Formats: sequence, structure tokens, C-alpha cells
Amino acid sequence: MNAIPAIRTKAEQDLGAVFASAGPRLPGGRRIAAARAAAFQAFAAAGLPHRRLEAWKYTDLRRLMRDAKPLAAAPDAVARAQAGQATGLFSGLGFRRLLVVDGVFVADQSDLSDLEPGLEIRAMRDLLAADVADLAPGPGSVVPEGEPMLALNAALAGDGVQIRLAPGTRLARPIHLAFRVTAGVPAAMFTRSAFEIGAGGSATLLETFEGPDGSDYQVNAVLDLRVGDDARLDHVRLIGEGDAALHVGTAVAEIGARAAVNAVSLTCGGGLVRSQAFVTLAGADTRAAMSGASLLGGRQHADTTLVIAHAAPGSESRETFKAVVDGAARSAFQGRITVRQAAQQTDARMMARALLLSEAAEAHSKPELEIFADDVQCGHGATVGALDEQLKFYLMARGIPAPEAEALLIQAFVGEVIDAVADDGIREALTKATAAWLRARG
Amino acid sequence: MTALLEIRNLRAEIGGREILDGLDLTVAAGEVHAIMGPNGAGKSTLSYVLAGKPGYTITGGEIWFKGEDLTAMAADERAAKGLFLAFQYPLEIPGVATLTFLRAALNAQRRQRGEPELSSPDLLKRVREIAKTLNIDAEMLRRPLNVGFSGGEKKRNETLQMALLEPALCVLDETDSGLDIDALKVVANGVNQLRAPDRGMIVITHYQRLLDHIVPDVVHVLASGRIVETGGKDLALQLEARGYAQYQSEAA
Ligand SMILES: Nc1ncnc2c1ncn2[C@@H]1O[C@H](COP(=O)(O)OP(=O)(O)O)[C@@H](O)[C@H]1O
Ligand SMILES: [Mg+2]
Repeated sequence: MNAIPAIRTKAEQDLGAVFASAGPRLPGGRRIAAARAAAFQAFAAAGLPHRRLEAWKYTDLRRLMRDAKPLAAAPDAVARAQAGQATGLFSGLGFRRLLVVDGVFVADQSDLSDLEPGLEIRAMRDLLAADVADLAPGPGSVVPEGEPMLALNAALAGDGVQIRLAPGTRLARPIHLAFRVTAGVPAAMFTRSAFEIGAGGSATLLETFEGPDGSDYQVNAVLDLRVGDDARLDHVRLIGEGDAALHVGTAVAEIGARAAVNAVSLTCGGGLVRSQAFVTLAGADTRAAMSGASLLGGRQHADTTLVIAHAAPGSESRETFKAVVDGAARSAFQGRITVRQAAQQTDARMMARALLLSEAAEAHSKPELEIFADDVQCGHGATVGALDEQLKFYLMARGIPAPEAEALLIQAFVGEVIDAVADDGIREALTKATAAWLRARG
Repeated sequence: MTALLEIRNLRAEIGGREILDGLDLTVAAGEVHAIMGPNGAGKSTLSYVLAGKPGYTITGGEIWFKGEDLTAMAADERAAKGLFLAFQYPLEIPGVATLTFLRAALNAQRRQRGEPELSSPDLLKRVREIAKTLNIDAEMLRRPLNVGFSGGEKKRNETLQMALLEPALCVLDETDSGLDIDALKVVANGVNQLRAPDRGMIVITHYQRLLDHIVPDVVHVLASGRIVETGGKDLALQLEARGYAQYQSEAA
């Protein structure tokens, strides 16, 4: 057990003040209020996570987070309309877009028309106000006891979106959950969203996080995912926050039997990003593929932490994580696969690869296996390297200038992750995002 | 008239070791020159120095290509100027589809020369035409560049690139190595179709066999980093009969 830090940092003191002043105004009945108080207490007892905690080894939030912002004010009509009209990489793909502006679900700028039978969409603030939301992780989850940033989210979450698919519902039209931060005074946004696919259902969920450069706003976003037996989920997340933003994203997922999950994430924005996922393959014979890529430059810091538990027999999981690190940026990847005793015939593989583009760039990776079953196939690996000069010369010898040759090789490196996206439109958009990053790199 | 390529007294080293030791070679447009020589003589080194591979230091001499100082150009500029090296060991590039690579290469060269880019349909048409003559099937073009290709497929792919890029000077480094006789004929036929009055070729080989199919105008022997003998195509036959021992002992 790690000692409780005796000295409160400025950010911790700020958070205490935020909870004291804003807490009573957050949506929730008696039950939710009690849950918030308990969650904040759990957070306050441990403080911000720091490097002596194994799970936060590479991201010492206690040191990196200098202050905590007050909660964002609800966006006014102008900000809502502007956010609604803004176009982006995924405009024009015909997805059902649900817009969350400055932490508030904006129904009038969201596409809630012609909901497919079996699809339900609700504002999380309403569920909180009605005292029916669940802020604590479910009993089967692999979230560590008292996970500090999840606890903080439980204490301070004001809104988000709950999306539910009734059993057997197969959504043809992807859902785009768009989190947008508008320019203005840097503030904090705590959102809680949930996506539930009933047994035999299928859906594509795209989540995007975007905001203005130069603003040190703070996002703490939690997604609770439930994928029922025989269901299928294609999940894509793009973290394209502004360059000075702090983004802490937590996904807690429980996957049923014979389900198929294909999750892909791309991080190319944010000043300080921590993406953590706690996934339980609860049912037998499930297939889960999780891939991610980070494109980092400047002084960006991005930490991806995956915890996956195989809890039932016969499931297969594949994790592929790639980082392209330029400038003085830092990438960290931690992945732990736990195979419980019941999970015989598990087939789990994890691979982390980093491409360093400059002297000052850093990449850390720590894949781990924890196996309690005896009849399993598991493997993991990690590589760190620079661009292959031989390959670059081969391209240049065909007339391709050095920057373009590098771009081709980087795009190829990241391609393995992006190619895992099933939806053509999303895949092309992510390819464009990569190309834009490469152009900005120069 | 200036020669297409003129190398004078070239010295080059890699890793602090001098490999080319006063090499002279002149290739005029329309000519095919064969360079033969024992293993380790410096043949690949010459091809890399011409193509501009990093790591090689030119310590003396000159290289003029189309009347310009080749050594002042980066590898991509040399290619855009019309120099093409068919690699002895073509590299595999996972994640870059062959067709994507071909498009990037051709259009990069055209941009550098101030020519308009070729549209995708035009490019595809052109690539398909060439691929057909080289027995390359369309499926191969979609695969990542050279990944999982057999030795013969890689060499045919190099020939395809050469035909598409229409260089002024082709340098073929051991294009025959690793090829069976049928593949050799296909590749040689592809190369022969590129013979033209405005194009020069340097065909590097260890064996005479390739020169039965690509008949050279001039044959040179490269040994210990120098051209030590020059003759007509019958020199290749003599070398086949007597081997390279004579040059190796000379060097020792
Ligand atoms: N990177 C290198 N560092 C040091 N020596 C090298 C390097 N590459 C090649 N050489 C040496 O240069 C000489 C010529 O090699 P090479 O040009 O490949 O010969 P060839 O193609 O005629 O067989 C050989 O002795 C080889 O060992
Ligand atoms: Mg050689």
C-alpha cells in the first residue's frame, strides 16, 4: 500500500474547492449525492495518481497537473450553434451525430430523428437527476479499487450520453459521439457516457474529442461499455484535443459470450493524454481486437494503459499499439492481459511498437501477461526503433524526396492500426488525420 | 557531345575503408556497358555511389551525369534526373502497396521535373501494360512492396519500375542473381525493350550468362575498385572460360 501523500498539491486543493462549491449543484438525487461524496472521499484520500503507483508509472499526474480548472459553464446558444455547425473529418458520412459541447449533451444540435427501433438515447444528466445512473464500475470489472481518475469522474460528472440497443438490434448507421470544447476560459469537463448493446445486437460507435489549441482545458471522460452475448461492436476513438489540453479518458467494458469487438483508437491531439481501458471478456468464445496509434510531437505526452481480463474459456484477444514520436514528445504504453483460471483455451497476443523520429523523443512500453490457466496461448512483444534508413534510401532512389519518403514509411507503420477499422469512411478519415499530422510535421 | 555518364578517377570509401580506387568509366547514350568482376570487387559500391546512398564518402574524382555534377545531388534528384538503380537486393516495405509506391515515385519525379502528375487511371493503365509484358499479375501490384515476393518476382518488380520511370541511365546490379532461366529470359526481355538511342545502361554481373540475353556493346572488368580491362562482348566469354583469378592475384 502506498502512503497517502501528506502534502496537497495546488491541483488537489483546487479539486477540493471545485467539489465543495460545484458538488451540491451537480445533478443527482440522494443516492447519487452519496455516491459522489464517497467517490470524492476515495479520491481525496489517495490524491492525484503519481509515479510510485505502478499503473501511473509513466504519467505522474501529481507532478504534471499544475492546477485544476473550475467546471465549465454550460455553453450558451451561440456556442452550441457554432459547435453544431462546425464541420470536421467525419462530416458528410451520414452518421448519427450526438454532440457534447463543453461537457453538456446538446440535444438540439444532435441527430435524434428517426431513431431505429430498439435504439434509446438519453442525456446522462437526466439519469443522474432521476437518481438512476450507475457511477461505480460493475462487479465484474477489472478497474482497480479506488481508481483515482474514475473516482474523480464519479464525483464530478455532470452529463454525457447514454445509448442503449435492445437485444437483437443491428444498427446499420454508425453513431458518432462528438465531444467538442469551445474556445473561451479554460475549464474542466467531467462526462460520463454509456453504450450498451443487447444480446445479438451490433453497432459502430465513433467517439471524437476535439478542442481549441492553446487552451489548457481539462477533460475527464468515462465510457461504460456493455456488449451482450453474440453482439458485435466496432468502436473507434479519435483523440484530437487542443495542443495544451489535459485529457483523461477511461473506458470500462464488459463483453459477453461469442461477442466480437473491434476497437481502434488514434491519438494525435492533446498536451497530456492518459487513455485507460479496463476490459473484461466475461463470456466464452469472444473475439476482441484492440489497436491504437499515437502520433506525437512537440512536448506532447500520451499514455495508453490497457487492462484486459480473460474470465471465461475460449476467447481471443489481440492488442496492437503503435506510437510515432517526434520532437520532445513522450509515449507510454502499458498493457496487461490477465488470464483467469477459468479461461482455458485463451489466445491472447499483445504487441507494442514505437517509432522515434527525433533524438529527444521517448517511448516506453510495458506489456505484461498474468496467467492462471494452464491451457493457453499467449504472447507479447515490444519494439522501439528509428525510421529504417535503408528503406528510406530505396524510396529516394525512386525519386521520392526525403520528407515524402519518411511520410510514406510512417503512414505504413501506422497503417496496420488504421486498416483495422471496418468502416470505409472512418478509415479514410483516420488516414487523412494521419496525413494532416505528417504535413504539419513538415 | 557530352557523354551520358562520365566517371573520372573516382575514389570512394565506406566505414573508413576505401573500396573504389581510381575508377574511370564513360557511357554514351544508346550504349550498353557490362561490368563484370569478382565478388567484393566494388561493383555494388559503384552502383550505390551512383545512386547516392548515404554512408559512402567520395574521397576523390568526379561523376558527371548529363553534363551535371552528380555528387552534388540528393538520391531523389538523381532519380528525377533519370538515373535508375535496379537493386541487387530489392527491399521489402510492409504497409506500402506496390501501386501506391509506383504512383508516389512517378509523380514525385514528374513534379521535380516540372511535369504534370499522371492521373490514377492513366497510371494504372500504364502499369498494367508493363506488368503484362513481365508476367506480373494485378494481384501482386496490390500487395505491399516486395513483401513475400519470390526472388524472381522482386527482380521483375524492379524491371517494372524501370520501365515505368523511363530513366536515361539504367544501372542493373546483378539482376540475374537468384533467377532461374525462365525468369531470366523474362527480365532480360524487359530490359532489352528499354534499349534506346537516348538511353544508356550499365549491366553489372558476376556471370556471363545474363550477357547472352542482354548483349552489351562494351564489357569492363572491375577488380579491386578499378576498371582493369575493357573490351567487346567476347571479353565476357573469355572471362567465363578463364575466371577472375588473374585480377585477384594482381590486386593482392
Ligand atoms: N558497409 C560497408 N562497410 C565496410 N565495407 C563494406 C561495406 N559494404 C561493402 N563493403 C566491402 O566493400 C567491398 C566491395 O563490396 P561490393 O561493392 O558489395 O562488391 P561486389 O558488389 O563487387 O561484390 C567488399 O570487400 C565489402 O566487404
Ligand atoms: Mg554486389
